[in-house]
Amino acid sequence: MNVAAVTASRATTQSLRTGGNKDRNVASLVFLCALWFSLFFGVAVLVVLIVDTAIAGAGRFDANLFTNYESTVRKGETGFRAGILGSLWLMMSTALLAIPLGIASAVYLEEFADSRAWYNKFVEVNLQNLAAVPSIIYGMLAAAIMTILGYTYQGIVLGGAIALALLILPVIIISTREALRAVPQEIRHGSLALGATVWQTTWRQVLPSAVPGIATGTILGLSRAIGEAAPLIMIGVATVRFDPAWLTDKVAALPVQIYNLASAPQEELQQAASAAIILLLLMILGMNALAILIRNKFQRNW
Amino acid sequence: MTIHSPTSTTDEILDVTDRTEAVNNGDASDLARTAPRGPVMETRDLNVFYGDFHAVHDVNLSFGRHEITALIGPSGCGKSTVLRSLNRMNDLVAGAKVQGSVTYHGEDIYGPKVDPITVRQHIGMVFQKPNPFPKSIYDNIAYGPRVTGMKVTDMDAVVEDALRGAALWDEVKDKLKSPAYGLSGGQQQRLCIARTIATRPDVILMDEPCSALDPIATARIEDLMSELKTEFTIIIVTHNMQQASRVSDRTAFFTARPDETTGNRTGLLVEFNRTQDIFEAPADPRTEAYITGRFG
Amino acid sequence: MSQFTQAGPPARAGLPGGPLLTAKRRPGEAVIQGLLIASALLSVAITFGIIVALVEPVIHFFGQVPLGDFFSWTDQGSKDLRPAVLPLLLGTFMVTVIALALAIPLGVGAAMYLSEYATRRTRAWLKPTVELLAGVPSVVYGFFAVFFLTPTVLNGWLGLDVSFTNSLAAGILVGVMIIPTIASLSEDALSAVPQALRQGSLAMGANRMQTSLRVVLPAAISGVAAAVVLGMSRAVGETMIVALAGGSAKNTSPDVGEGHQTMTAFIAQTAQGENPVGTASYNMLFAVALLLFLVTLIINAISIVIVRRYRQVY
Repeated sequence: MNVAAVTASRATTQSLRTGGNKDRNVASLVFLCALWFSLFFGVAVLVVLIVDTAIAGAGRFDANLFTNYESTVRKGETGFRAGILGSLWLMMSTALLAIPLGIASAVYLEEFADSRAWYNKFVEVNLQNLAAVPSIIYGMLAAAIMTILGYTYQGIVLGGAIALALLILPVIIISTREALRAVPQEIRHGSLALGATVWQTTWRQVLPSAVPGIATGTILGLSRAIGEAAPLIMIGVATVRFDPAWLTDKVAALPVQIYNLASAPQEELQQAASAAIILLLLMILGMNALAILIRNKFQRNW
Repeated sequence: MTIHSPTSTTDEILDVTDRTEAVNNGDASDLARTAPRGPVMETRDLNVFYGDFHAVHDVNLSFGRHEITALIGPSGCGKSTVLRSLNRMNDLVAGAKVQGSVTYHGEDIYGPKVDPITVRQHIGMVFQKPNPFPKSIYDNIAYGPRVTGMKVTDMDAVVEDALRGAALWDEVKDKLKSPAYGLSGGQQQRLCIARTIATRPDVILMDEPCSALDPIATARIEDLMSELKTEFTIIIVTHNMQQASRVSDRTAFFTARPDETTGNRTGLLVEFNRTQDIFEAPADPRTEAYITGRFG
Repeated sequence: MSQFTQAGPPARAGLPGGPLLTAKRRPGEAVIQGLLIASALLSVAITFGIIVALVEPVIHFFGQVPLGDFFSWTDQGSKDLRPAVLPLLLGTFMVTVIALALAIPLGVGAAMYLSEYATRRTRAWLKPTVELLAGVPSVVYGFFAVFFLTPTVLNGWLGLDVSFTNSLAAGILVGVMIIPTIASLSEDALSAVPQALRQGSLAMGANRMQTSLRVVLPAAISGVAAAVVLGMSRAVGETMIVALAGGSAKNTSPDVGEGHQTMTAFIAQTAQGENPVGTASYNMLFAVALLLFLVTLIINAISIVIVRRYRQVY
């Protein structure tokens, strides 16, 4: 190696050792902090919301909250029995309506339909649109259906279930389709090559493999339904003072009760509403946690 | 038929080209001599299209009973496409279209009243990548008999017979209820073969069944194929010429011809003959070039 | 091996030499397939149901109320019916703009962190956490806006002179609610950008920030835009936050510190009053709902077009 070459290599080495790191310069650090802020802003709001509401409702975490009906006379002992039971009724009946229909549509679209046919493309675009329709519009459609059935603005279980099922149907269809798509094609081909029909293949191979994904999407859909107030208001869900016993009974719902109490001037009622919010959030967080647990535990990496 | 060494002169190759033209242009006696007697399946002028793409052009083959027929050729020559059209697995590809005929015991499997499900019950398939179902070993085997409505009095016996038939019984007899995914790749592939023979098909199609396996597992599957030949008719696609020469009775060599305008490559059959003849005395220079490794 | 001796040509059912492969009748499967198709068609029926349910009362409405009274800034006509819709559109517009001003930077920023900086492991729990924000019921956000954000933060900490219900608080919480929509879909778009593009940029001496901003984000811009548009349609259709925190009076002032009734708030608040079927006030609900439906439909169509037209094929 001649002298010039040695000098050149030394120069290069020195200029690489700038002592800095371009990923650690001021602009980069500011940028990274901004990204951190973006990520944690929402989470911080959520934490403040939960803490503030829990403090506001702390005085009311008692048995009366669960066992009493709503009362504007004995405000300190008002409860959400009707709303809790009503929300459970609504969730169950919504699930019964929406889950079979949603899975059936998804199975048709993924396993049977010729995706290049114009009518199936139409169904596809239509589905994307339905997923973005505001919940209150579904409430109005349900209200129109209930008027035809002769229950105009009566707020019965069936009406609420129809409204919420319409709302979460696109959610269930879309997540079920994703779960079906994740099942590898080789499984289908293996089954078909043995002489199984498409339905046998779907029912015995594809659907069982897709159950964790379907369950995750369905639980998330139902957790959205249980927190919805707008569509229920449209079909006339209001405060009642009895337990629902059948689909045609009038029903109350936790989110609607919270909405009505938020505009009540009495502080005791607002306190009760805060306690009810914590209850509702616990139900929803529980369902979300369950969904994530199922996703992480059972989802197969093919 | 003369034997051409890899060092054939240009003149010799030209000479052979002329002879091949004669064969391909329907020298009926020559074809009759090479074709198996009483074929289980035959293709006549088989053309396969994927949308506008012409995948395979005018394939004429016949598959003899209790024989192993190997389809070989460079990748993209349409050999897998031909295989998939033999039990209507091509139906599952959107836009796939088949022209010509594929007959099974003289009946056109693309005929108007034919049910593809029934076709696949007679003509089973084993795939490139082992694809056991996410179930137990036992349920993998029992699945076929169950869905095809076979009248089975003793499922345990069916499962045992199928696993013995695929030379897997001794390895798995103590863990029939454990998941099939726990098996090694070679075992999984033999499970897939066992699963196929459990439905008692007539013909078994194998699409590069060893390409995902190590040499030892490959050897076991090859031994298995020779045993299965006594019961079934086997058609195998392979990119491994040694494998074709080891296991098959007849070999069909395919190649791909680019379209002059679009550049799309259309597969066509170059030569179909007894395996020994193909490897020792290929009639077509393209076959010879391929098997001697000068092309592909 | 006894079972296999029968393998070979299958026993021919029926006449010897008869067809082997003729289609079996599977009536059960036909019924099932029919049911599946019917379920899939239900989604189309829902769309038509929405259109019919909304359009029919609207036709009656425009028989009762002149078109000009509806598309007006001020309420005219009888005292009971207040038909002007333009103030409601303004309210919806203001809330949506505030929400997007908050949610676009935060949502895209969160997406960029998740896709460009977070390790697989951190992303596995960070993403569900961010998505939880979308799981909180909107009535809860509304309650929080009224009882905490406005009195404690806006009036108290920031010393702003905003009224009890105001578009600012409503818009902020609508924004928080749509952060996950924008973040989640943007993250999908950013993650879909091939690694080779990043490596190409880094190999030229760019740092991670420059790579993220100048290479990855532009490459994923159509997906990010679609995410923003979808978030926008969520904001337009959001009801309970604005019904609680955004005010219940039509307001044409541009001051975000005042309450502005939005289209959705109008529908929810009016529906709780007395509206006998067939009256102009009942039909008015459907007229506003139809307008809302059309607005979200157009926004959604835009997002579909963006995705279709600018989808990058890697």
